Amino acid sequence: MIESSGGRLPRWLPELSVAAALAVLPFVFARWLGSVDLFTRILIWGIFGLGFDLLFGFTGLLSFGQAAFYGTGGFVTGYLLTSGTLENVWLAMAIGIAAAMIFSVFVGVLALRRVGIYFAMITLAFGELSYFLENSPLAKFTGGENGMPGVPAPVFRLGRIEMSFAGSWPSYELVAAFFFAGFVLARFVVRSPVGAVLTAIRQNPERTAALGHDVRAYKLAVFVLAAGFAGCAGALLGIFQSYMPPGAFALDTSGQLVIQTIIGGAGTLVGSAVGAAVWLILRDVLQQVPGIGDLWKFILGLVFVVLVTLVPDGIVGTLARSHLRLGRGQRPRDIADSEAAGREALLAPFSAGVRPPAAGMPALEARHVTKSYGGIHAVAGVSLALPAGRFHAIIGPNGAGKSTFLRLLAREERADSGVIILNGKDIGAADATAAYQDGMAKSYQINQLFPQLTTRQNLRIGALGRHRGRLRLDVFRSADGFAEVEEIVAALLEELGLLACADLPVNTLAYGEKRRLELGLALASRPSVLLLDEPLAGLSPNEREGVKQLIRHLGKGRTIVLVEHDLDAVFQLAEQITVLHEGRKLAEGTASEISNDPLVREAYLGGAATP
Amino acid sequence: MPTLPQFLSQAFNGIALGSLLALISSGLTIILGTLGVLNFAHGAMFMLGAYTTFVVLGHWDSFAAALALGALVLLLVGLAAERGLIRFYYNRPPQDQILVTFGLGIMLVEAVHYVFGGLSQRVPLPHWGQGIVNLHFFVYPLYRVEVIGIVALLLFAFYLLLYRTRLGLVVRAGIEDPLMVELLGTNVRRMSMVVFAVGTMAAGIAGVIYAPLAAVIPDMGEPFLVECFVVIVIGGLGSFPGAVIGGIVVGEILSLTTLFDPAYAQAAIYAAMTVVLILRPRGLFGTMGRA
Repeated sequence: MIESSGGRLPRWLPELSVAAALAVLPFVFARWLGSVDLFTRILIWGIFGLGFDLLFGFTGLLSFGQAAFYGTGGFVTGYLLTSGTLENVWLAMAIGIAAAMIFSVFVGVLALRRVGIYFAMITLAFGELSYFLENSPLAKFTGGENGMPGVPAPVFRLGRIEMSFAGSWPSYELVAAFFFAGFVLARFVVRSPVGAVLTAIRQNPERTAALGHDVRAYKLAVFVLAAGFAGCAGALLGIFQSYMPPGAFALDTSGQLVIQTIIGGAGTLVGSAVGAAVWLILRDVLQQVPGIGDLWKFILGLVFVVLVTLVPDGIVGTLARSHLRLGRGQRPRDIADSEAAGREALLAPFSAGVRPPAAGMPALEARHVTKSYGGIHAVAGVSLALPAGRFHAIIGPNGAGKSTFLRLLAREERADSGVIILNGKDIGAADATAAYQDGMAKSYQINQLFPQLTTRQNLRIGALGRHRGRLRLDVFRSADGFAEVEEIVAALLEELGLLACADLPVNTLAYGEKRRLELGLALASRPSVLLLDEPLAGLSPNEREGVKQLIRHLGKGRTIVLVEHDLDAVFQLAEQITVLHEGRKLAEGTASEISNDPLVREAYLGGAATP
Repeated sequence: MPTLPQFLSQAFNGIALGSLLALISSGLTIILGTLGVLNFAHGAMFMLGAYTTFVVLGHWDSFAAALALGALVLLLVGLAAERGLIRFYYNRPPQDQILVTFGLGIMLVEAVHYVFGGLSQRVPLPHWGQGIVNLHFFVYPLYRVEVIGIVALLLFAFYLLLYRTRLGLVVRAGIEDPLMVELLGTNVRRMSMVVFAVGTMAAGIAGVIYAPLAAVIPDMGEPFLVECFVVIVIGGLGSFPGAVIGGIVVGEILSLTTLFDPAYAQAAIYAAMTVVLILRPRGLFGTMGRA
């Protein structure tokens, strides 16, 4: 992804460059490549690709069925105009785009139930479904295999001025205007908190959900947005050609879109248009070369395979990588001088929207929670009640069910039976996203980070989750434009000792730093209940001390459940300890009660009674 | 309303088509299950099988030779594709694997297009497949009956390979947990080669058998590829029984819907897929394994 913020490049440089290209390139095409029409065609693919890139390049959802929405937009617009239902071309286009988006809601709800390979297959199948529907049952509306001739061009009226967009240059102007508007919109989305969440989803969907973002809803939103772009491109195709070809719905259309986006560079927005230029120009040029004219598509296939294998960033992505140093110098923020007390207040448990438990009621309570896998009772009827502010540890030998129990508390898995109550509210039916929104966060035994985002961006994803709620489509805000979120992130960076690597991608961090960031992600929502799954795992003795200090310091005022194998640390930190053994609660008490309990000794030492 | 003989004859067509889909899909599904690669070039492999038949029958008047050579050619193509290209993708994201096989498919289709042209080629029925057979209720083309028999034999052989040999045991274990199989010291490199080649061969043999029934054109594999996706979504990813049952189900839906209104035949299989996705997202026989 090309990031041009950071003070090195003007914020609007991409928009200005695209505007300049749209002003100059048509003359290049008209002079050397026959006609401006070729460039118009490239831009129509480019508009189609802007949406697809948001879906694939940014969110990581590879759809092979975009033709369904391209065709829907084109044919609905075309039908309204050629059947005489509507005369206003703009209105017909709007309805065509809306139809494509409505269709995509239906497809998206089904296809987004699955990820990866399945998602690609299901979208492809729906693309084919719409091709067959267009071709036979709906042929009386669409013209079937003959397509739909006579789609009119729009007319722009303003007072006395009247301007028709029919003909080569006027239709170029129309398409270029749409491309520019689409590009600006897509840039807004990319820079917005929505764009930040979409990028997070591509890198780690599970953690994004655990940080309070409704992953399914965001995916559906970007899927529908991509369909809107596709519908717009389809409608423009019909208008530009005065004819809507039946092949708009074909698998080839979806495939060509995918290929062009990869060649140009996914995640660059303009990559799709660049790829379309490569495809269409190569086709025109190769077809005129005697002897290999018939092989043009084979050569394009070969180029595509070579590019996917050797240059996965595509043309634009590779150029951007070599010319813009992506590890950019961030504008310095004045955090170092913020007072420690101020930071503490910033990071204190956030209580808006969370009803505090009634006096004497536990902050977190589990009643007879049970979970089995096949015949194995991982957690068998465990109960636990933690008053607000309690630091509670769960220990037990390997396989005792500690981590499973923590997963059940965090709602990552559903218990077979039992009740879980958070701040007086039964969260048995809630998912991890809802649990986070209710003020409970978890740090994981194995780091669950966003490896290609910077440390700051990682923490921002966590803080935004609580700040913006499960889903908000604030595409015209900037992701770093929430003052309070930025303050929290800055305070966390300072507290975690990660200021030096604040603007480095996380995959370049050392293990100890990642471990602290993992803890920081859970704290970014300022939770009132914190679940820690082996926060000390894999750390050196020195790093352990540091993390213990952090937990003690940042855990102040929170209810904490700690699962940890380092018993010395547990005895130092925890006020109350529960011992699990084979899924059951074996003992509960203070550190000294537990360390003197004969049952516990037996469980740990396998019956050896001597200490 | 269709008459009973019409219905039975279409139901029979459904089995003939479904058994071919089952054969192609079982190749696709074991490649997907074991290697994690969704092979978008699988339809092109089917097409290569049909073209091999066309070429072989142009030289010798022996359908058996076409079957043997078709199997051999596609086995070699599968080996070459796996060693030359696919193996570099095992550790890359599933998207990349889809993209590269998609590109490979285009190259194969375009290469055939260049050599043979875009016009459809006819492949004659084998002499032992000409004529019709009287099944009391209705008469039916002999070759289609034989197709069902041949494919049933091949699927049985496939079953024996997967469930009665050491290699099959390793392959099935690989579908459950590929990493564990590698950790247990299996030669994964060899297994990957064999699985990809055998899966490709299954598509190729289906192409040989199907060639006399259809127009042989370069992009004949595309609709089959998409139908096979529907089959494995319905049957369950990586599941051999799922591919067989799913293939028959999809074949029957296509044929029986055609009986009432051909325009909706394709739509009907996607409707069936949608129902399965809503009620049982992992498919009829799918395990959770890979997703």
